[in-house]
Amino acid sequence: MIPEIGHFALILALCVALVQGILPIYGAAVGNSALMSVAKPAARTQFLLVLTAFGCLAYAFADKDFSVLYVAATSNSQLPLHYRLAAIWGAHEGSLLLWTFILTIWMFAVTLFSTHLPDAMRSRILGVMGLVSVGFLLFMLSVSNPFERLIPAAPEGRDLNPLLQDPGMVIHPPMLYMGYVGFSVAFAFALAALLGGNLDAAWARWSRPWTTVAWCFLTVGIAMGSGWAYYELGWGGWWFWDPVENASFMPWLAGTALVHSLAVTDKRGGFKVWTVLLAIMAFSLSLLGTFLVRSGVLTSVHAFATDPKRGLFILAFLAIVIGGSLALYAWRAPKVGLGGSFAMLSREGMLLANNVLLVAAMGSVLLGTLYPLFLDALDLGKISVGPPYFDSVFVPLMVPALFLMGIGPLAQWKKASVPDLAKRLKWAFGVSLVSALTLPIVLGSWTPLLSLGLLLAIWIVTTSAIGLRERLAHVNGNSLVERLASVPRSYWGMLVAHCGIAVFIVGVTMVKGFETEKDVRMNVGETASIGDYTFRFDGTQDVVGPNYTAARGTFHVSQDGRETTVLYPEKRRYPVQNQVMTEAAIDPGLLRDLYVSLGEPIDDGAWSVRLYHKPFIDWIWGGCFIMALGGALAISDRRYRLAWRKQEPAVPVPTRAARRKVA
Amino acid sequence: MKWVMLIILCLSGPAWAGEARPLADDPAAEARLKHLAVELRCLVCQNQTLADSNAPLAEDLRREVREMIAKNMSDQEIIEFLVARYGDFVLYRPPLKATTTVLWVGPFVLMAIGATALVITLRRRSRTVVEVSVTDEEHRRVEQLLAEGEKRS
Amino acid sequence: MNRFLLPLSIFVVVVGFLGIGLTLNPREIPSPLVGKAAPEFSQPQLHEQEKILSPADLKGKVWLLNFWASWCNGCKTEHPVLMDLAKSGQVPIYGMDYKDQREEALTWLQRGGNPYSLVGVDETGRVGINYGVYGVPETYVIDKQGVIRYKQIGPLYPDTVEKKILPLVKQLESQ
Repeated sequence: MIPEIGHFALILALCVALVQGILPIYGAAVGNSALMSVAKPAARTQFLLVLTAFGCLAYAFADKDFSVLYVAATSNSQLPLHYRLAAIWGAHEGSLLLWTFILTIWMFAVTLFSTHLPDAMRSRILGVMGLVSVGFLLFMLSVSNPFERLIPAAPEGRDLNPLLQDPGMVIHPPMLYMGYVGFSVAFAFALAALLGGNLDAAWARWSRPWTTVAWCFLTVGIAMGSGWAYYELGWGGWWFWDPVENASFMPWLAGTALVHSLAVTDKRGGFKVWTVLLAIMAFSLSLLGTFLVRSGVLTSVHAFATDPKRGLFILAFLAIVIGGSLALYAWRAPKVGLGGSFAMLSREGMLLANNVLLVAAMGSVLLGTLYPLFLDALDLGKISVGPPYFDSVFVPLMVPALFLMGIGPLAQWKKASVPDLAKRLKWAFGVSLVSALTLPIVLGSWTPLLSLGLLLAIWIVTTSAIGLRERLAHVNGNSLVERLASVPRSYWGMLVAHCGIAVFIVGVTMVKGFETEKDVRMNVGETASIGDYTFRFDGTQDVVGPNYTAARGTFHVSQDGRETTVLYPEKRRYPVQNQVMTEAAIDPGLLRDLYVSLGEPIDDGAWSVRLYHKPFIDWIWGGCFIMALGGALAISDRRYRLAWRKQEPAVPVPTRAARRKVA
Repeated sequence: MKWVMLIILCLSGPAWAGEARPLADDPAAEARLKHLAVELRCLVCQNQTLADSNAPLAEDLRREVREMIAKNMSDQEIIEFLVARYGDFVLYRPPLKATTTVLWVGPFVLMAIGATALVITLRRRSRTVVEVSVTDEEHRRVEQLLAEGEKRS
Repeated sequence: MNRFLLPLSIFVVVVGFLGIGLTLNPREIPSPLVGKAAPEFSQPQLHEQEKILSPADLKGKVWLLNFWASWCNGCKTEHPVLMDLAKSGQVPIYGMDYKDQREEALTWLQRGGNPYSLVGVDETGRVGINYGVYGVPETYVIDKQGVIRYKQIGPLYPDTVEKKILPLVKQLESQ
């Protein structure tokens, strides 16, 4: 009964979505406010309906209802509750429902926080989002129904893939989708602006907080995915340039470019047309990612089970949504006026150079991901494009962008002076260069890449410090704390986010430069050492989990003679799918991770064991979280809080520095 | 004699924490294997490198590569051996040939196109957008307004 | 061309490729050995272990080399097709027992029937590697000069035999 309610709720949601997609946009075009006012209640109703459907599916999982085909395929009676619920998004149909549910969450949020928008704009935004959800609901109801029944009901479920039975599974997909799907808001804003023909700076101002929030979620989502792969897969890798990883990284790159481009359009009114195109691109890449993962067009470890019908449907959907929006762009964008002009060497110029580099990087990831498909389609052979390609191509494109990251925030708007910038930056450059060249030697090994990474990280931090110091000089206040507090949060946001990248770069550079790995065979009582650390293997014992049996090893770790920790890696067997899995044991630390992974049992209690020492690896994800924190700080800026409280248009508060410049 | 046996037995029991042996018989060769295998694709578990995959074919191929290393074949020769049998698909680093020129050159071409487009657009724009300069009168008016605003806030 | 149409045009091209991509199989690895000489091997036979199976002995005729194993499910699927093909006598099929146990291979052939003129044993999988085998079953069509002309990845189905294998064999026979 409950699954049927869920199914019916989806059908109703489709009807509401159709209404929401068509009437308000038409109403805005002809100026009919009755039709326009349909948008808000329609969006909220859709949210409630999809919430109901989601709840019904959750109930079916919680209740172990194996008469629902999807539940039988991805769950099991011995699966613990939290994983049964996470299994909702464990395969194709359920993850689509999650996609749609999160889309309705964003729609609902738009209805809450859009009272300051003109009616026509709001109607168009909700209308566009409604049209997108029509596509997903139609997709689910036609070829991917999560509520399809299995008659007769299966006596037992096929279980969730053991690799997914992990806390990471509970949180990574929802975070990722919040980001991915969140770009639909920026997309809807862009299309609304094109439809309405009004692409003034206000559009950018309204769009910014939505884009930044989505970007924060996506950053966290990707970081979590990477961290999860690190500890779950058992061989210590954290990024493989796998097509599905790339599918989430491309919207991130476009989104980062968009966040910067919106800043230019908001503050200076410049490059509106380019920002609109970026907004369309970011969400288009999200949709493309959805296609790539589910169509079977590329092999990936993350790919869902594929079906050509599904692939065709999504491709058609993609063609309509993206093709339609790019056609709208081609039609309307030429009519948008030009913004203010600025010199090539100016903050705007540098932000746009940042955009060019980020978009080129995104383009290369796309090229590398799709290239095997291109060649195969043209019958020119089958190749693989993997990490060696992406690493060789991505790094050279990003290095200039990272370098510019130090200069951009210090450059003046409209026209920057080179001698002035050189004077302010020469100290930072000197310090960065010297430290970058000498630190690796101090740490024990020198390679050009190591130095380059450290150079960029230190450069970003020193230039941020200079920027902050200059900013503080222009702010009134009696104490340092008072002065720091009066620097606007949007500035802190930028600073923190940029430093987050520096932290990330340090993590990547140090891990790649200094990580060590040891493959040993260990008898009980034997030790192995990496650097200062000694690992003693104290045998294994058999352990029984809720739905698995395992051999759990015990490793005592000591540093310079003192015992520091005990690690318990496991080799698990999940009987339902008869899969064996390695559960690595990690001792995380600020400066290093120790990672132990059991290989295979060899005769008389000995095991093959892999030991890793990974310095600074937690800085990789730490850096990502700091970046997201920066984004969160930026959104909590006073002007947005004031706007929210007063429900007024957000107007930037002029700073004293700006006033002094006018004089 | 019994004495000596006893001592030897005591010394060789599990109470003595010995240093674990490396898994591989020849760590130097193993290091070379790893260096090669991380850039090779497992043909069965196609989303893992030859180094990480546990598929039987992967183990067989690693064994082959070890033998080739023992025969002192160069990296290039080992790669050619595998490509002759499995095609370019087995390489994670796409070889530079006529069909992959676009792949390797593309990103830098994109960057160049982007940079050129940026420069051209900015130059064109600075010619078409008319600069409106602010007169002294307008400057004074702005100052006045700001001063009033400060008084109020 | 209006530069605003550029994004749309690029997108249309990409969609075209993605559409074609839906008809392709990204996991299939075509063999670089098609058109090249069949790699030499000299393996003991399954039934008469003192005797050797080698492609050199088979020069002058068109033949199929089928890699199979008793533990392989796809081989069970294609077995009836091989039996029919063998009975028709249109082309001899030689088997290569890939990474298998002798007892189990013999039992398997006894139960299901033996479509092979001779069966070689590839215990270590080395012959398979030389032929670019990455799964079983896989079948090669080899011509009179000992050159590989076609590789079938996965089980042979009746319509593949009818539409691809037999016409090719006929063509090679007449050369």
